[in-house]
Amino acid sequence: MLNILAQPPTDAIPTPDVAWSGLMPLLILSGGAVLLLTIVSLAKDFIPRWFTPIYTVLIGIATGVAAIPLWLRVTDTPSAADPNNGPFATLDSSFGVDGFSVFFTMLFAAVVVLVALLANDYLRREDIDGPEFYVLMMLSASGGIVMASANDLIVMFLGLEILSIAVYVMAAMHSRRIESQEAGMKYFVLGALSSAVFLYGIALTYGATGSTNLVEIREFLSNVILLNDALLLAGFALLLVGFGFKVAAVPFHSWTPDVYQGAPTPVVGFMASAVKAAAFAGMLRVFWLTFGSYRTDWQPVIYGLAIATLLVGSFVAIVQTDVKRMLAYSSISHAGYLLVGVQAATNEGTATVLFYLAAYAFMVIGSFTVITLATGPGDAKTSLTDIAGLARTRPVLGIALTVFLLGQAGVPFTSGFFAKFYVISAAADANSYGLAIVAMLAAVVAAFLYLRIMMAIWLDGDEVADPTELAAAKAGIPVPWGAAVVLVVTVGFTLVFGLWPEPMIEMARDAVPALAIG
Amino acid sequence: MEFDNNWLLSVMTFVPLVGAAIVMAIPKAEEELIKWAALITSLVAAGLGVFLLTDFNYDNAGELQYVADAQWISVINSRYIIGVDGIALPMIALTLLVVPLCIIYTMGHFPEPRNPKALLSLILILETGMLGTFIAQDLILFFVFFEVVLLPMFFMIAVWGGDDRRYASLKFFLYTMFGSALMLVSFLAMYFLADGTIVGDEANTFSMIALSDGATVGIARTSQLWIFAGMFVGFGVKVPMFPFHTWLPDAHTQAPTVGSVILAAVLLKLGTYGFIRIAIPMLPEAAAAWAPFIGLLAVIGIIYGALGCLAQTDMKRLIAFSSVAHMGFVMLGISTLTDFGINAAVFGMVAHGLITGMLFFIAGSVKDRYHTLDMARLGGLLISAPRMGWILGFCAMASLGLPGLAGFWGEFPAILASYNPAAILPEATFRGYMVVAALGTVLAAGYLLWMLQKTAMGTPKDEFVDNPEITDVKTYEWIAWAPLLALILALGLYPKPLFSTTDDAVVKSLQVNVMDDVPDCLNLDTDQGEACFDDLREQFEAAG
Repeated sequence: MLNILAQPPTDAIPTPDVAWSGLMPLLILSGGAVLLLTIVSLAKDFIPRWFTPIYTVLIGIATGVAAIPLWLRVTDTPSAADPNNGPFATLDSSFGVDGFSVFFTMLFAAVVVLVALLANDYLRREDIDGPEFYVLMMLSASGGIVMASANDLIVMFLGLEILSIAVYVMAAMHSRRIESQEAGMKYFVLGALSSAVFLYGIALTYGATGSTNLVEIREFLSNVILLNDALLLAGFALLLVGFGFKVAAVPFHSWTPDVYQGAPTPVVGFMASAVKAAAFAGMLRVFWLTFGSYRTDWQPVIYGLAIATLLVGSFVAIVQTDVKRMLAYSSISHAGYLLVGVQAATNEGTATVLFYLAAYAFMVIGSFTVITLATGPGDAKTSLTDIAGLARTRPVLGIALTVFLLGQAGVPFTSGFFAKFYVISAAADANSYGLAIVAMLAAVVAAFLYLRIMMAIWLDGDEVADPTELAAAKAGIPVPWGAAVVLVVTVGFTLVFGLWPEPMIEMARDAVPALAIG
Repeated sequence: MEFDNNWLLSVMTFVPLVGAAIVMAIPKAEEELIKWAALITSLVAAGLGVFLLTDFNYDNAGELQYVADAQWISVINSRYIIGVDGIALPMIALTLLVVPLCIIYTMGHFPEPRNPKALLSLILILETGMLGTFIAQDLILFFVFFEVVLLPMFFMIAVWGGDDRRYASLKFFLYTMFGSALMLVSFLAMYFLADGTIVGDEANTFSMIALSDGATVGIARTSQLWIFAGMFVGFGVKVPMFPFHTWLPDAHTQAPTVGSVILAAVLLKLGTYGFIRIAIPMLPEAAAAWAPFIGLLAVIGIIYGALGCLAQTDMKRLIAFSSVAHMGFVMLGISTLTDFGINAAVFGMVAHGLITGMLFFIAGSVKDRYHTLDMARLGGLLISAPRMGWILGFCAMASLGLPGLAGFWGEFPAILASYNPAAILPEATFRGYMVVAALGTVLAAGYLLWMLQKTAMGTPKDEFVDNPEITDVKTYEWIAWAPLLALILALGLYPKPLFSTTDDAVVKSLQVNVMDDVPDCLNLDTDQGEACFDDLREQFEAAG
């Protein structure tokens, strides 16, 4: 008896090797989220309210720190001493760990920390405090990590859904505001549709190539000449629609203004930074890395999308009067610039996208931090006239917002300048001079939007010039410590990398994606 | 005195920025302290400028001096390269002179809504931007400084401007940004297409030295033409050249006095300086192809600006339109592609900076006293405020190009140069331009004398008789104006020092200097000239 039990089963289900070290950041973040949920459900009454935000910040920092040794490992070249250096994959080649994915992991960790700090005060102010927001945000960010690391289309889809579903709920989080519910609903219905389209794209690509694994698809595409590639191209198109929706590329952008306007402001900051970054990570992984040999087929499409996105984003923004809506259109036009970098389809182009995403994430979180503080309780006062004179009543917020707006406009001495410059240089390098010119002209049109907001906060609002009202306004919205930290970090990031972008550019260049088998 | 001067330019450029930071750190209530801190900062910078002027090696003005070359963004091979030669030196001196004078002027009379702290720090930031543009020898560095100038000026117009300030400031910002957008694409195109290895740099380089020395010689003619077109829009908006000029009257009219002065004295020069420093030396072939067109727009600008002046009722707007005309002469000089014409252009830039800056000062002072610049209501300045009236007369004479004053040496040689443009250019066309430009000087005399008659002559209107506000030139105005007036006269009587400073550098900027043999393609007939450039390209390709 004992002998029989001691014998190994002959037809056991094979389980893939797991390189736990490579999964560490993801496990910390997602595990941290689930653990938080467990703790607060079991010990709701014993948890002080400061615990949740602090916990989230610490988890975010831990995720980032766990990514550092990985970064050092994957960006190094294998040597005799460390044969394991360089990109690797795990979980049966479905989860890749390369400079690219670790870069995004660190970016998401930073976003989690910043948004948690910002949300702390916001949730209390709106009286919707609770651990749900933090749990959902961490889960959503871990979905982003999965997308940036996916080596398999199914894993990519899993990441996309983890990312999205949490954000749908977050958008509707401010349950007493009908606009927030509307935003959540709109985002969910359209998002679910786009996910379905994406899934269909995966199915068609699988049909055309016989695999969902990116490594195998790439091998197949470079070794096999398809006599009829209609199925494959249809798959490309549907996948692109799915990504295009998430990055808010025209013509899949129509949800953006409504959702940005209605959703709670810190959530918008998260959407504009993390969700956009995750979707671009997925797009680069699938299109540039996997479908690279078919770039002549998809490049023109992205070229067209980029032009449409740039033009619609910058021109339609002109007529808006709501600040959150304005920034929604601005985020659309930023997606256009990022597409310019994607369209270049070079390693250099990919590096420009990474640099841009990092610079933009900090600027946009900073902007929405100011908006959160300036618009006051209820998220309702977001029109341009509501924030008029902000720079005079609250100089600190005014100056910070000015820095972010100038950064987004691409004015020198901000990281936004080099972000724009760098994607344009990628376009020029790829000989897409037409696209480069359109992008630069769109920047001029978009500058009008940022100048309008700047003029409103600096020059308008004479009606609050009355000293007593001024004092009241000053007392009305103090800068809470969490938001203050966010502002210092984001302003610092924007200015330092505006003067000396070298370290960040180096990092973005080291973060080249690689498809490893493992 | 012998010491490592590499940091002289950097210190000079960034002192104002440090001063701006200090000014911002001083509490708002300490108004006097703020004013003195700003003034002292600008004087320190000017002091360094005086040292630069004395220490500069004029025998070697064609070469860049005080060169510093440090790493900045090595991944795109953009470096912190700075240096000064005979073309940049007068521009730097002009900037360093005008800014302290503007600060003195503001100290005497603050435009509404006051806030000296903000206005003075903006002026100082502006100074850093302007100086940086003139010392930069790397295209990205140049571009960054070129753009930095925009923001302080935008805020100056938007906050301290006239009734229509928003429109004017937005128009100024967006117009200039539109130009620089295309310029940046051109810079990038040059970065990727030029080959710096010809002159011993890295293949892709933003170094203006390498690009002017012939790294661009291998770029195909069509590409050169397009790249030049992008730069043409960028610099042309800033100049401003005829079709792109419409932001200028609005910006000038709405800007506060010091804003107008800085705009006229220095900011417009950034555009013409860009042509002389970047567009022509780097792309001589394209410059030759574009020159007739530039010359055409220049003369249109001369005539259009003059006619525009005659249609104005507002004194400040008239002076603004006269800038369009004067910059037309500068551009005409540049478009001849001869050392004679470009020397005249640089002289014209300095002269226009002094004279038009001075005219805007006077317009500002008139506005302070009369609270209007409507020429139908002004009049009799010579009676109400005789000294100011005479100064206005003096400046109007200088502006219309009276021999013996600085304006003459900017206009007359430019006209003369277009009689004899570079051989590669169509001679007959340029002679036609010369005739039209000469007509322009007549019109200039017309509108300036007309302005003088409307404002200075006659008797004061009833509403302004015995108005206690209308006083003669005040002390702070004397201090701010005297150096400009003296220079207008001095340069008019003895222009040689300025011409001899710029000459070597101008001659060098027109040389197509590759592989040690110096073919002077610009000085061959049109067909031969083009063949010469083609030949160069082939030689370069053969050499690999």
